[in-house]
Amino acid sequence: MLEINNLTVEVGGRRVLKGVDLKVDAGYTNVLFGPNGAGKSVLLMTLMGFSGYNVISGEIIFKGEDITRLSVSQRAQMGMGIMTQRPPNLSGVRLHDLLKVISKDPKETEELAESIDMARFFERDVNVGFSGGEIKRSELLQLSAQNPDFLLLDEPESGVDLASIELLGNTINTLLNRDCKCPGDRCRHGKSALVITHTGQVLDYIETDRAYILCNGTVMCSGNPREMLSEIKEQGYEECIKCKLMQI
Amino acid sequence: MQADADMRKKAENALGKRADYGEDFNLDEYGAGTTDVRYEQKLTDLTEEDKKTLLNVGFTPGEENRSGSLIMVDNTITHTSLHDNDAVELMSLRDAIKVHSWVKDYIWKLVKPDADKYTAMSYLQDANGYFIRAPAGKKSKMPVQTCLLIGSKQVSQTVHNIIIVEEGAELEVITGCSTKHGVEKGLHLGISEMYVKKGATLNFTMIHNWADQIGVRPRTVVHLEEGAKYISNYVTLKPVRSIQSYPTVILDGKGAFTRLNTIAVAHPGSELDLGSRVIFNAEDTSAEMISRTITTGGISIARGEMIGNANGAKGHLECHGLVLSDKGTQRAIPILEANVQNIELSHEAAVGRIAREQIEYLMARGLTEEDAIGMIVRGFLDVGIQGIPDELRADIDETIAKIGENAI
Repeated sequence: MLEINNLTVEVGGRRVLKGVDLKVDAGYTNVLFGPNGAGKSVLLMTLMGFSGYNVISGEIIFKGEDITRLSVSQRAQMGMGIMTQRPPNLSGVRLHDLLKVISKDPKETEELAESIDMARFFERDVNVGFSGGEIKRSELLQLSAQNPDFLLLDEPESGVDLASIELLGNTINTLLNRDCKCPGDRCRHGKSALVITHTGQVLDYIETDRAYILCNGTVMCSGNPREMLSEIKEQGYEECIKCKLMQI
Repeated sequence: MQADADMRKKAENALGKRADYGEDFNLDEYGAGTTDVRYEQKLTDLTEEDKKTLLNVGFTPGEENRSGSLIMVDNTITHTSLHDNDAVELMSLRDAIKVHSWVKDYIWKLVKPDADKYTAMSYLQDANGYFIRAPAGKKSKMPVQTCLLIGSKQVSQTVHNIIIVEEGAELEVITGCSTKHGVEKGLHLGISEMYVKKGATLNFTMIHNWADQIGVRPRTVVHLEEGAKYISNYVTLKPVRSIQSYPTVILDGKGAFTRLNTIAVAHPGSELDLGSRVIFNAEDTSAEMISRTITTGGISIARGEMIGNANGAKGHLECHGLVLSDKGTQRAIPILEANVQNIELSHEAAVGRIAREQIEYLMARGLTEEDAIGMIVRGFLDVGIQGIPDELRADIDETIAKIGENAI
């Protein structure tokens, strides 16, 4: 589904990603761990094609096509979708109007809006005056309406109170798996995703397949997500960096 | 009558007086608008082309949901009809002077005839226009619609409108200003004096749809008594040579309130010098002024002025200007003046392009760049104007879509 080869990216003249290699197979949900400032969000923003994220070298292959130079719209139309951490305020653009334009199944969108208590935000301007949790729910609602094949989720659980995490986690799980009946089915028909998480809380609600650790703009390691999370919790990222240095 | 003669002399002397702002038009280049245009008994008899012209400025020829209609072509009132005689009076100003002896007490009381050459010309031509009055306590459920049309080439249309909303009454007026198909050059000079009395409300929407070479010089003053409300929506989204206006709202009674919304697009070749002034003369008066302007290559000047002369006055002024072309100009000039201590006046002004981040946020949802810009522009211009007919809404959408396409 997605293959990143030797990707080097500059932001504001500073080299943030250095030769990143990463892969997400069709139907797989991969996780991205890493300390603050490692470049995780930059990677997601670069994959979506936002301006200001300058690809210096390397390539992004999506569904077999090199999309490194494609516009944001083209990537979205190919089936990529993103939930960013700090989306901009869109004064005057009502949530309902945006959903009407992007929704593939309006009825389903309305139902989801009711179930995650976002219908009362329909007449509000997108993100304007939304709390942290409301932004996450609004982003999820928009993503569900858009229904992309490949999801980029940047810390979906951050800023969400404990009581709401379950709702959020389950909604993401539904969005990723829809009607998949078993793990094999998920790999064949489920959606693909790349998820950034600091706390790992969201992993209690979604099945993940592979984790990557990103430090200082470079992939240090990859492996089983749960094992890696418990390792990071015990040892911290310092150990990952040391380990990588040993390999070199 | 000596006073009239004196005023006439002053007006004659003011015929060469330039306005403070905007391009100076040579009045000699324009003939007087004709006072001999055929009267239209039934709006349904109008040609399809004329109907479309009316619809595009918010005037529905079918008169659905309208309490009355009046059309003025050049300097002639060509149609008047009224469906809600109980709650509204509607006629030409000339007729009103004949019907009510007191109407003269409302004429040239707020606007000075010798303010500039345009007011002087309107005075000297004894301009006709509409007279709309809501009797005390009456509340019409539907708006009155009026249309001021320039129907001939190279003429100056002079208009004088009087609106009176008596105590406790509520009135809504939609005025469309336009040119007949094929008329490219002309001048529109419009005097409007509006009186909103104690506890009354006036909701006034003006929609402009002129042509490339039309000069527009409206001169409007609104007077509010205690507890009165005046809501104004001023919309001009189509090409025009020059509009220069600076309507003044005088809050003269305790607790009076006004909200002035302006949405405007300055196309290449257009100069829009749109101001609004609120004078707080009584205690606890308040005002909100919102100006949203876009330049796609023309000049947009948004002047907002609040003058606080009474304690407890509160006002907020918001001037936002989008620049969608390298050739256009956006100038925001907010002015706040406090002449007593207990006053809160504030402003917020910003000019610039649409944030790239906003466009790309929508593109990431699958919208094309054109559609993303269109959606943001539509949101930018949406200040919640009510009662716009579907046809005008569609026309506005089309204009915005074009702005989106051209902005890339």
